[in-house]
Amino acid sequence: MGSYILRRLLLAVPSLLGISVVLFTVLALAPGDPFSEMALNPNVPPEVRETLRAKFGLDDPVWQRYFRWLAAMLQGDWGYSFISRVDADVLILQRVPVTLAVIGASQVLALAIALPVGIYSAVKPYSWFDRIASTLAFVGFSLPTFFTGILLILLFSIKLDWLPFVYNADISATGWQWWSVQIRQAIMPVLVLGLFQGASWTRFVRSSMLDVIRLDHVNTARSKGLTERVVILRHVVRNALIPVVTLVALTLPQVFGGAIVTEQIFRIPGIGSLLIDAILRNDTPVIMAVTFVFACLVIFFNLIADLLYGWLDPRIAYR
Amino acid sequence: MAGSIPALPTVEPGRPARGLSPGAEAWRRFKRHKMAVASLLLLLAMVVLVVCGPLLWQLAINDIDFSARLKGPSLAHPLGTDDLGQDLLARMLYGGRISLAVGLAAMSMAIILGVTIGAIAGMSRGSLDAALMWLTDLFLSLPQLPLLLLLIYLFRDSLKAAFGPEVGVFIMIVMVIGGFRWMPVARLVRAQFLSLREKEFVEAARALGASTARQVWRHILPNALGPVIVAGTIDVAAAIIAESTLSFLGLGFPPDIPTWGRILFDSKDYLDIAPHWALFPGLAIFLAVLTINFIGDGLRDALDPRRVL
Amino acid sequence: MQQERELRTLIEEVRNYRLPRRSFIQRLVALGLSAPMAAQLLMHAGIAQAQPAPAYKPTKRGGGGTLKVLWWQGATLLQPHFATGTKDAEACRIFYEPLASWDNDGNLVPILAAEIPTRENGGLSVDGKSVVWKLKKGVNWHDGKPFTADDCVFTWEYARDPATAAVTIGVFRDVKVEKIDTHAIRVTFPKPTPFWATAFVGEGMVIPRHLFAPYIGAKSHEAPNNLKPVGTGPYVFVDFKPGDMVRGKINSGYHMPNRPHFDAIEMKGGGDAASAARAVLQTGEFDYAWNLQVEDEILKRMEASGKGRVVIVPGGDIEFMQLNTTDPYTEVDGDRASIKSRHFAFSDPAVRQAMGLLVDRQGMQDYIYGRTGSAISNFLINPPRVRSPNTRFEFSVDKANQILDAAGWKKGTDGIREKDGRKLKLVHQTSINATRQKEQAIIKQACQKAGIEVELKAVTGSVFFSADVGNPDTYGKFWCDMQMYATTMTQPDAERFMDQYVSWEVSSKANKWQGRNIGRWRNEDYDKAFRAAEMELDPVKRAALFIRMNDLVIKDGYCVPLVSRPRVRGVSTRMAVPLSGWDLDFSGLQHWYREA
Repeated sequence: MGSYILRRLLLAVPSLLGISVVLFTVLALAPGDPFSEMALNPNVPPEVRETLRAKFGLDDPVWQRYFRWLAAMLQGDWGYSFISRVDADVLILQRVPVTLAVIGASQVLALAIALPVGIYSAVKPYSWFDRIASTLAFVGFSLPTFFTGILLILLFSIKLDWLPFVYNADISATGWQWWSVQIRQAIMPVLVLGLFQGASWTRFVRSSMLDVIRLDHVNTARSKGLTERVVILRHVVRNALIPVVTLVALTLPQVFGGAIVTEQIFRIPGIGSLLIDAILRNDTPVIMAVTFVFACLVIFFNLIADLLYGWLDPRIAYR
Repeated sequence: MAGSIPALPTVEPGRPARGLSPGAEAWRRFKRHKMAVASLLLLLAMVVLVVCGPLLWQLAINDIDFSARLKGPSLAHPLGTDDLGQDLLARMLYGGRISLAVGLAAMSMAIILGVTIGAIAGMSRGSLDAALMWLTDLFLSLPQLPLLLLLIYLFRDSLKAAFGPEVGVFIMIVMVIGGFRWMPVARLVRAQFLSLREKEFVEAARALGASTARQVWRHILPNALGPVIVAGTIDVAAAIIAESTLSFLGLGFPPDIPTWGRILFDSKDYLDIAPHWALFPGLAIFLAVLTINFIGDGLRDALDPRRVL
Repeated sequence: MQQERELRTLIEEVRNYRLPRRSFIQRLVALGLSAPMAAQLLMHAGIAQAQPAPAYKPTKRGGGGTLKVLWWQGATLLQPHFATGTKDAEACRIFYEPLASWDNDGNLVPILAAEIPTRENGGLSVDGKSVVWKLKKGVNWHDGKPFTADDCVFTWEYARDPATAAVTIGVFRDVKVEKIDTHAIRVTFPKPTPFWATAFVGEGMVIPRHLFAPYIGAKSHEAPNNLKPVGTGPYVFVDFKPGDMVRGKINSGYHMPNRPHFDAIEMKGGGDAASAARAVLQTGEFDYAWNLQVEDEILKRMEASGKGRVVIVPGGDIEFMQLNTTDPYTEVDGDRASIKSRHFAFSDPAVRQAMGLLVDRQGMQDYIYGRTGSAISNFLINPPRVRSPNTRFEFSVDKANQILDAAGWKKGTDGIREKDGRKLKLVHQTSINATRQKEQAIIKQACQKAGIEVELKAVTGSVFFSADVGNPDTYGKFWCDMQMYATTMTQPDAERFMDQYVSWEVSSKANKWQGRNIGRWRNEDYDKAFRAAEMELDPVKRAALFIRMNDLVIKDGYCVPLVSRPRVRGVSTRMAVPLSGWDLDFSGLQHWYREA
């Protein structure tokens, strides 16, 4: 197993490099001009834009720009934002705490809903619980997040006036006050994202539980006289977790730049909104920095998932 | 091979042995799943409605009538009107063609691609698996929006020239949406394959001389379908919504084409004033998801070689 | 010239108190000039400027709590000479100040200047070539150092250096600024300039020499104060998160007494216009929201909760539609939409006339814009005195049908008109914006009834308004039949606005589609009038020339104005916010207060 991990980690490096080449090329070829807003302003003569483009090396050939980027990256310089005139890593690090707090919490909520509900639905398929849970799950992922977000805002912020809906990343209170404000403003976005995610995960958990529950070794365990609870938790769940682990590994990197719509609606200054702003303004260094981190997370979490398969199902051998 | 070994470990007493082909057998079992049949009928009804509906309900989709803005359901407008006074029933029927077609086509593409890649990766070992997983990781890391912009600017004109404006845009949207949703399916299928190919019944088949293709097709794949079906249902909803997101960014169908996702998006600022406007497209998407799900459940039960009915 | 005589008559009426100053300014705005230009006309004629003081109630500095404002595009920069959009300029304006700003009536209001230069006080030279600004004494930068003429001279040197790549270079490049004494400067123009209030006014904010001097030229983007502004404004910098939040606290050494009222300011960015409106009007989480581009219907509903109100400030912005003079689909000399080609349909004046009749402006005003936009027939709502032949706007599908029939465009079997084998199928593009899509739907439907098939295209704002050479969908390229957007009068002087129609500014491949004349419209009389206006010293003659140029454009029919777009803002009740349609929202920030 150890050699397998080592091999995968070593392979991760060239695979990341390959991905970075593709990413960089796509961004370089995509249409868009970071200095486009200047074109609108009649007072800005074209020479100013030309100077800026030359200063940031935008007119050099793609491969040259790639190697410049690679060299800088290896030295720890993640790039310089055209739009904000600030280092890209400063921008990203500023937003990590908020992203983890809100988006991270929603993933935890999703898992906390999906596991128990999915397991119980599978244990009692087609019961009332299962039907209601399934219907709610369908509703959950049929409705896009922009819709549920607005629904919640209308209900809790406007009609009931219980919760604020504009997220404030710098709260000046301390101690208990701080927690109270933080929780109140985070409830709605966490619910929106968590329920959306949880809805689809519930279905996956239920489906894979159903697959395993019918297998022979479960019958064996039952006939051995073990209590139902032990049968389910020790024999069924562990085997059913493989698809769940796959999914969680696939969606965890989404924390880093995926929840764009929710961040927009609630004005959460997370990495998702940084990414979409950078994309719409063609701020290529920031896009490159964020997507590169994203790629690293994808590779890393998929590796962890592969390792977990081996632990969950010992028959899966890695050679 | 069906007749030479007893395929079923137990046999229901009193049931005469029948010589049905696997396809007919599957259909028979599907029919016993009541929800699946009902859903299939409902889905067919929806398809018929959106295809033939506009011929029966003659109101134009873009008839602007300022005196009838934001009205709730009535005889003249069974589903109400939007903020320009356009009839929602006509718009839902017209847009439903596109939404259903995009949803089903994109989902199919994602499933087919994902299952193929996942199966190949799961069955092979070493470099092919690594290469395919690298490809999957690559697609997962690509930022969708810049890539979309790039693809659309590169291919929009040539597709339009080759297939005509509407079909060209349709093909492009289906490929773009489907092309970004196959990765989770591939990983799920691969995970299932890794686990299933070590199981005893597959070993048994191997010992009996079954080729890899046969192992996959008859033994492993039917058992791996569980997560695929769930992914399929989620993908239909996601595809319909994704189309509206593309349209919102100017990359999909023109803004006046009333696909369900687009109607939902247009209605969001009027939720407290005119909830009916959002209710109907939301309901339509929900129904589409529901029917696909139960059909999928039925399919899984029908194709599962270990189930006895 | 007739317009000139009319203008002089109006000016005399103001002088003799027969016409209120405000009415004069309103009429000139309706004619396509800006309020600042109108005010300057009066100043030039020697009519004393009324010094309006906005009513300010608080009797001491501070005590108002935190001012929370919401811009649905977040500020990304805090250096006024790098600010590319108004949102950045607004964020800078919290901390930095110019010498003077424009109020809503087009009057100049001194901020860092001690008084407004006029001919009477010797500020304006007789030959029109220089202006002397007297600076306010006793003003300090936020770090305590005194504000002097050296800072103004430095700002000029900084901005005009091309290596600095300042966006304000256009204003500072051609002038010369010299120090007269510690609190006076002279701005000299290369030639007589009737509209002299450009440098240091409105967006041209002054930056401190002692902090920026080492960073002039190529090193300009390294200055630490680019992110930590030190200015003279009512608030001192606290914190900045690009794209998200700007925070400031009260400047207890501010140079105006009893101001500012608020102890701190928080400027949040992000989201969309509708939710910004909700945050002020329905939940009261914010005190002020910028640019509420939302249907009036929704705004009215939100106002019903009583927590805030919608404030509408007239400005010079206009939503209009352009008809292409060229053929956007045929390539001539490697360039599409080249002036060497002609549009198959729009070169026929009957078609242009019909298009003008097919736009339901009243419907747009009544059902989409409401208070936030009024239907207009020209760039000009004609006052009774000065009349143009094409006076009233009209919406008549029947008339359009008649005109097209008479001109030989016959309806084919599919209901679409055609002539000489070409069908009247047009592509209409605009940016992505819910309101604009609705306008498109209205136009499309009316055209359909007249036998014109319109295909709608909506392009993301950041792409549509960009200058990207490789992108076919920019508004500069205009590779379709019609397009629609709002033209903004970002500068108070109309000359910058009118050069959008001169023939040497035609947008083409040669100038990378950055020419300002996007519609590719050419007219010899217009060019002649523009050249004459550039040289004209008498502001009345100059204004008259501009009015004539306006008429020329509109009469030809290639430019179809739709609605005027005043500024729409959301303000919490009990807040008093003096706003100007000719300058930044924050130009009067020091006067904002909340009633107890």
